[in-house]
Amino acid sequence: MNLGGGQLVKSMAVPSSSASWKSGGDGVSDQFPAGLRVLVVDDDPTCLRILEKMLKNCLYEVTKCNRAEIALKLLRDNRNGYDIVISDVHMPDMDGFKLLEQVGLEMDLPVIMMSADDSKNVVMKGVTHGACDYLIKPVRIEALKNIWQHVVRKRKHEWKEKDYEQSGSVEDGERQQKPNEDVDYSSSANEGNWKNSKKRKDDEEDQEEKDDSSTLKKPRVVWSVELHQQFVAAVNQLGIDKAVPKKILELMNVPGLTRENVASHLQKYRLYLRRVSGVSQHQNGLNNSFMGTPDATFGSMSSINGLDFQALAATGQIPAQSLASLQAAAIGRPTSKPTISMPVVDQRNLFSFEPHKLRFGEGQQQLNGSTKQISLLHGIPTNMEPKQLASLNQSAQTFGGINMQVSSQASQGNTLLMQMTQPMSRAPMLNENNASQISRLPSSVGQAILSNGIPSGVLGRNGIVDSVRGPVYTPVSQTSSLVDFSVSNSAELPGSTFPHASNSGISSLTPKGMMQEEVNSEGKGSRGFPSSYDIFSELQQHKTQDWGLQNVGSTFDGTQHSSIQGSLEGGQNNPPNFGQQFSSYMVDNSLRIKSERHPDANCQTNLFPQQFGQDDLMSALLKQEGIGSVESDFGFDGYALDL
Amino acid sequence: MERSQFTRQAANMRKTLFEQGYLDDQFIQLEELQDDANPEFVEEVVKLFYSDSARFIRNLESSMEKNTLDFDKLDDLMHQFKGSSSGIGAKKVKKECSQFQDYCKARNAEGCIRTFQQVKQEYATLKRKLETYFQLTRQES
Repeated sequence: MNLGGGQLVKSMAVPSSSASWKSGGDGVSDQFPAGLRVLVVDDDPTCLRILEKMLKNCLYEVTKCNRAEIALKLLRDNRNGYDIVISDVHMPDMDGFKLLEQVGLEMDLPVIMMSADDSKNVVMKGVTHGACDYLIKPVRIEALKNIWQHVVRKRKHEWKEKDYEQSGSVEDGERQQKPNEDVDYSSSANEGNWKNSKKRKDDEEDQEEKDDSSTLKKPRVVWSVELHQQFVAAVNQLGIDKAVPKKILELMNVPGLTRENVASHLQKYRLYLRRVSGVSQHQNGLNNSFMGTPDATFGSMSSINGLDFQALAATGQIPAQSLASLQAAAIGRPTSKPTISMPVVDQRNLFSFEPHKLRFGEGQQQLNGSTKQISLLHGIPTNMEPKQLASLNQSAQTFGGINMQVSSQASQGNTLLMQMTQPMSRAPMLNENNASQISRLPSSVGQAILSNGIPSGVLGRNGIVDSVRGPVYTPVSQTSSLVDFSVSNSAELPGSTFPHASNSGISSLTPKGMMQEEVNSEGKGSRGFPSSYDIFSELQQHKTQDWGLQNVGSTFDGTQHSSIQGSLEGGQNNPPNFGQQFSSYMVDNSLRIKSERHPDANCQTNLFPQQFGQDDLMSALLKQEGIGSVESDFGFDGYALDL
Repeated sequence: MERSQFTRQAANMRKTLFEQGYLDDQFIQLEELQDDANPEFVEEVVKLFYSDSARFIRNLESSMEKNTLDFDKLDDLMHQFKGSSSGIGAKKVKKECSQFQDYCKARNAEGCIRTFQQVKQEYATLKRKLETYFQLTRQES
């Protein structure tokens, strides 16, 4: 049963682990765990060979590969082809933890990390990144014999939610027993996790709520980009603290989706948010995701934006209508109701179908879109390609939405998140391609921006709430003035979801070249927001992305447009860093969002007459920079916020 | 591999290798993996190790030729090499690797250079011994 490459040959009679498991009683086929489909990833051929042999001796189906990228490809091509992944921590092409994250988000498979390094912090990193176990090399076969427990545990966990009413205590009893069986090598962390997750589940879910769709066999739900967007929108709407699976499910209103699916996804999502806030060095991950294939995400961005925006609005921070109107006004278009109708499109799962596209990747996309509009963001290292821009334009709407989302998420996620991500995001976001750009970003700025910007800039609910009336962006407004350019164009309300032609307005403002830059930079900026992925994708799509960009821009724009930043700092209104970012961002992107982004920490600015604020900001920025009025540079009235 | 198939010579040599600390329990793990489907698994893995790990030795050597040593890079390289060595149970090699890493962390260039020589020595010594050993195991008793 030696599997080569990505081929999956089920030589065992256990086609799929889940299929053979039953909720009650033993729940597993007699042959289990034989036939467990393991994917082992290690760049060391010696270790790989040894592991392969050991796993085969355990009667598992083994697929080995020596590169993380290949592993991801295999996993994606065979969505339900593997039960568990074992990966080395130290790999040349991709950090093992990053792979771990990707797999967890995209495929929801248990992942075991391995390393010769047994230092506590590395093991801890594994835990925080969601590894279900951590093995110290050299690995002994006894350790591998029990890895099936992780698969069972995960399944049971999901089943529990689903079959809550059915099995009830029976399952509980079983579940409790199962993990403890044959636990020779299982780390205590696992058990702890299991208990915690179980506890968490109990807390989260209504005890009495029974999911009618529960079935013994749980078909794996593929969290497509669209689905995830809906999920995130729902979560944002409810508020991350209050988001319980039942309500999320209701909001999502996706036929066939069960509460258990949502619950497990929520768990991962929370883990992700937590991890992102706690792991600042995950730049790589962020990078990739951020910079990820913008193209793909573009499309989805819009939808996401719309969604996010809506979610954001729904959250109550911004009355949906106001938001929509704001956006519309900004864009100069009739208010369109923020609807999540934006075609989520092909946006892959926010969780990044592709490593790069992870959340952050979306940000990138957004940038692209925004670049168009935001040409002002020169400094912003944007990986956005021209094509991105195109997509961005379309997604302008989403952009706005994205911003909102980002904001909301950011707010949810906490500023801390932003702050934390900032350093990281900056780096990664800025890119993978443009390392130099990153360097431009004054770290301080970036950081400051994040902390400042995010809470406030991110159109964070706070900001938005206040300014509900006005353009939502006000929080960002300070910098937003810069963004105004884009705003007028993109006017796309996130809600409106549809790439507004209005973007053109912005784009016209900003020299194409700049836009590109901006886009990139925006993308980068988005990195700062773990949650921004949604937004980014949207951004790319729509001009509204500007919004997102603003946020993003705030993070790194600052760096990019050193000049602007300087001016921004002069501005004082905005938290220097934040403002800077925005300013630079704004200038470049002229995203409306920027204005929203208002670096104000308290987002209060928000609704200040955007144009007014923006103008001031812009002027300040420009003056300092010697750019002159934005308009002159960009050919349009920076404060075009039509809000 | 059944012990009975070992020549007495092979068995003795094996015993010595363990007693003298050249090999540790991981080697036994490899032996236990060997079966009819893979009758020369241990030798296969050891050969794989030596051919693959040569690049680590080369990289380490070139990195150590520099005037100023990049201790972090050296530490990282040695860490990988050590992980690989531990896979086949190369006990003495592993020990020298750890020593080297300690010197790296202490930013002790002289210690690194000295220890690296020992790493290479143990690495080469073990290779010779295992080659001899495998030849013995192929002999009929």
